[in-house]
Amino acid sequence: MTAAEKNSHRRKRLDSLFGILGLLATCVGLITLAALIVQLAADGAGRLTSTFFTSFPSRFAGQAGILSAWVGTCLIMFVTALAAVPMGVAAGAYLEEYAPKNWLTGLIEINIANLAGVPSIVYGLMALGLFVYQLGLGQSILTAGLTLALLILPIVIVATRESIRAVPAGMREAALALGATKWQTTRDHVLPYSMGGILTGIIIALSRAIGETAPLITIGALTFIAFLPDAPVKPEFPFISFDWLMSPFTVMPIQMFNWVSRPQQEFHLNAAATGLVLMVMTLVMNGIAIYFRYRFRKRIKW
Amino acid sequence: MDLQEAAGSIRRDTPKVKLESIAKPMIDASAAAPLINVEDLDFYYGEKQALKSINVEIAPKKATAFIGPSGCGKTTLLRCLNRMNDLVLGTRVTGSIKLDGKNIYDPSTDVIQLRRRVGMIFQKWNPFPKSIYENVVYGLRIVGINNRHFLDEVVEKSLRRAALWDEVKDNLHKSAADLSGGQQQRLCIARAMAVEPEVLLMDEPCSALDPISTAKVEELIHELKDTFTIVIVTHNMQQAARVSDYTAFFYLGELVEFGETGKLFTAPEKRQTEDYITGRFG
Repeated sequence: MTAAEKNSHRRKRLDSLFGILGLLATCVGLITLAALIVQLAADGAGRLTSTFFTSFPSRFAGQAGILSAWVGTCLIMFVTALAAVPMGVAAGAYLEEYAPKNWLTGLIEINIANLAGVPSIVYGLMALGLFVYQLGLGQSILTAGLTLALLILPIVIVATRESIRAVPAGMREAALALGATKWQTTRDHVLPYSMGGILTGIIIALSRAIGETAPLITIGALTFIAFLPDAPVKPEFPFISFDWLMSPFTVMPIQMFNWVSRPQQEFHLNAAATGLVLMVMTLVMNGIAIYFRYRFRKRIKW
Repeated sequence: MDLQEAAGSIRRDTPKVKLESIAKPMIDASAAAPLINVEDLDFYYGEKQALKSINVEIAPKKATAFIGPSGCGKTTLLRCLNRMNDLVLGTRVTGSIKLDGKNIYDPSTDVIQLRRRVGMIFQKWNPFPKSIYENVVYGLRIVGINNRHFLDEVVEKSLRRAALWDEVKDNLHKSAADLSGGQQQRLCIARAMAVEPEVLLMDEPCSALDPISTAKVEELIHELKDTFTIVIVTHNMQQAARVSDYTAFFYLGELVEFGETGKLFTAPEKRQTEDYITGRFG
């Protein structure tokens, strides 16, 4: 074998070695995830009956359900989205389209990127001080929703900015050259054309919020709730009520945590079933995100 | 031979002196008050000076071409005329550009209004990813005109002026992205005309078009001269010679020569101009 052949042989061996290592690394991730889901499904699937969704927690594992948990999760997500989406999109659009580029906006940018990495429990502590004590919002759905909104705000801002940046400069120039204002350009062109990416970012952010536990425990989520919040829609005038915002709450991950920490095996099955539901919710949200991305990409052709 | 013909004919054998003597007074004779006066304009991108003390007059309802090698500042000057350069960070302007005698760089200038008077066509056509109809009427919608009947009329008029009507009249509500490149550029011209500007700035409008589309757009420019004041930046000297009445030659941020197109191409006063138009550099 010539030296050149040897050399080429050795380099090819390294090449395939990396291929194998990469495959292994990928498999470890995939297999772990698959094992987790299979385990959850095997444990929890038996408990997934309709009564599981319509029952409150109970001392008896067989009768316990996640009604208060999933209602709490849905209401809190609603508040979170309502607070985080307009704020995050507005902030992102402002930073991209309006803000002058100087050291101050540079500093703000770095801070927003860093905020996305702050441990969630820190947000919980801040919310406890600000929302619960300072503003007197109590240990309520409103507090929880706003806390999670703050938590995901940086994610929404970053996603908004990135998709706005993908809009070709020619679109802005075309609108501005016709005498459109910055706001008209943003509203009529920049935001609609980047909506796919923004929606995707919002949903990814919400699917992160849905699994958060630590900050909600910090602000005082209950672990055992056998009642539902006040209904938002009333049969009598004024038909709409905001009392539910001030109601105490629990959410799915906290319900899981509660059940897992009990010694009885049956409660662990309940926890697995709840985990399964939570996972499906997250997957569905991610699915919607992918669908949006696909639809908006298809609709907009430059 | 009448003066117009003399100035327009491309006859390099004609003695320079003679041509100059005919062409010189022509400019003054035909010159109505210029619509745009660029006076001592300096322009900087950060530290780099892109335009050096430029003085140009743009005559109303004529086509003025800016020519010169890449990086000579012709596009920069064009984008000063409707203050599109405001969008570029770190730029600085001194001197003045007067539109109807009023400095557009004066702090009191309403840039939004300015851009409605001075429309722009870009090098890369940029129709919105909306229908052909919505593209044309966008400039009207933003000022609150939503009368369906009126908009319909504007769409037809603008597309006819842009010589696009016959090709798209049955597909007005289809996406503009489905048109060919040349059609998209003409759509952009229609969109700019729909707001009835006084001036149309064209930044190398044909540089990315095939020869047939280019011919159509050039023909269009010829017709539009009757209605609009046109300023066109082009790399293509034949194009400048074909479509423009006046030509300005820029080199390294300076205005080297400005004059009637026929004269500038046949009897340039400056050596650099002659070298450039005869293809010796650039």
